[in-house]
Amino acid sequence: MTDPKIPVTEDELHAYVDNELPAERRGDVEAWLSAHPDDAARVQAWRTMAEALHARYDSVLDEAVPKRLEIERLVRQPRQWIYGAAAAALIAFIAGGGVGWVAHGAAATPTVFQRLTLEALDAHRLYIVEVRHPVEVPGSERAHLQQWLTRRCGWTVHAPELDATGLKLVGGRLLPGPTGPASFLMYESASGERFTLYTSRAKTETAQMRYTAAENSGAMYWSEAGVGYVLSGPVDKTRLNQVARLVYDQTEKTGG
Amino acid sequence: MTAFRQSVEAMIPALRRYARALARDADIADDLVQDTLVRALRSEKLFLGGDVRSWLYTILTNLNKNRRRSLARRPQFMPLLDNNPDASGTEAEGRDITRALSTLVEEQRAVLLLVMLEGLSYREVADIQGVPIGTVMSRLARARAHIKASLEGQRTALRRVK
Repeated sequence: MTDPKIPVTEDELHAYVDNELPAERRGDVEAWLSAHPDDAARVQAWRTMAEALHARYDSVLDEAVPKRLEIERLVRQPRQWIYGAAAAALIAFIAGGGVGWVAHGAAATPTVFQRLTLEALDAHRLYIVEVRHPVEVPGSERAHLQQWLTRRCGWTVHAPELDATGLKLVGGRLLPGPTGPASFLMYESASGERFTLYTSRAKTETAQMRYTAAENSGAMYWSEAGVGYVLSGPVDKTRLNQVARLVYDQTEKTGG
Repeated sequence: MTAFRQSVEAMIPALRRYARALARDADIADDLVQDTLVRALRSEKLFLGGDVRSWLYTILTNLNKNRRRSLARRPQFMPLLDNNPDASGTEAEGRDITRALSTLVEEQRAVLLLVMLEGLSYREVADIQGVPIGTVMSRLARARAHIKASLEGQRTALRRVK
């Protein structure tokens, strides 16, 4: 195996282990690791460390939650504040604010729209790492792809032009969605950054654009004319928003 | 129950795990979780649809920082190390990792646990700690190097005793 053109940095080794590395760089790192046994041993040690942490602390997840931590009880009789850090929640609110939250499996009964977003994010994570088979129909057959997905889904599936944001259509595939068929389109930038656009039938006629993030991926989701749209990509909200606007502008013009 | 309260409730097991590893004492850990929940519930009205999960981790991380600051002036009680030779391999490993964690400085321990145990992204941890991503990455790198050295040191010490 040959060395990658650019040497792999310490930061990249960490990012590789934590799944924070851009998909197109993973192969380089893997090649580097097979040629550098010391680095490979370090990466292995970090993985073992993570396993030891989970082995030691995951059992807490299965413990019964003590009575004093029950939400209903806390709402009725809040405990006296011990630590005197009254501002902590406010600071935390500011620091953590402005990010969507449906995708954390947090809501006990997610709405159809939330389920759709979760499915879209799952599909995104599953397919963006694919090197050889990311799509069923390549972007070079754009017209055929649009026709096929439109026929199978039952609404007009249009693959938007995202060149203005540096993204080219890789292609698309048909997926099972929570309410029936779903269309899935993948785009890629010159640097290998991947975005996916998932659409499926949504009960909500129109819903404004919202943001959510989970496990290193972010998504903007909205609905228009009874179709739910989920644009997934990196967690960078500004970048996602820029791409989502471009998608939104084009779906409006073509009527959905 | 409101959707907000449900999403807070769904996070309790994960918060308890994080707190247990962070404080390394079950009672202190649950105190932290309880105070986190109280603060979150009081601020329900302030919450306008952000990321509940990151928000709760942020409150807990800050509370623990404050707790340690207030403890700093009091004498420290270190738990006596249990060296029961009959302990099974997994138990011994669990002790090792707990002991190694205790030697980390606070910010590094939080980064390590948020990334490796709770599976948060570098971006989320940067927001929680209010620092740039680069700082998160250097804290993580130092924490991993430290834990690795600490575990290897423990093993060498053990071999020498045998």
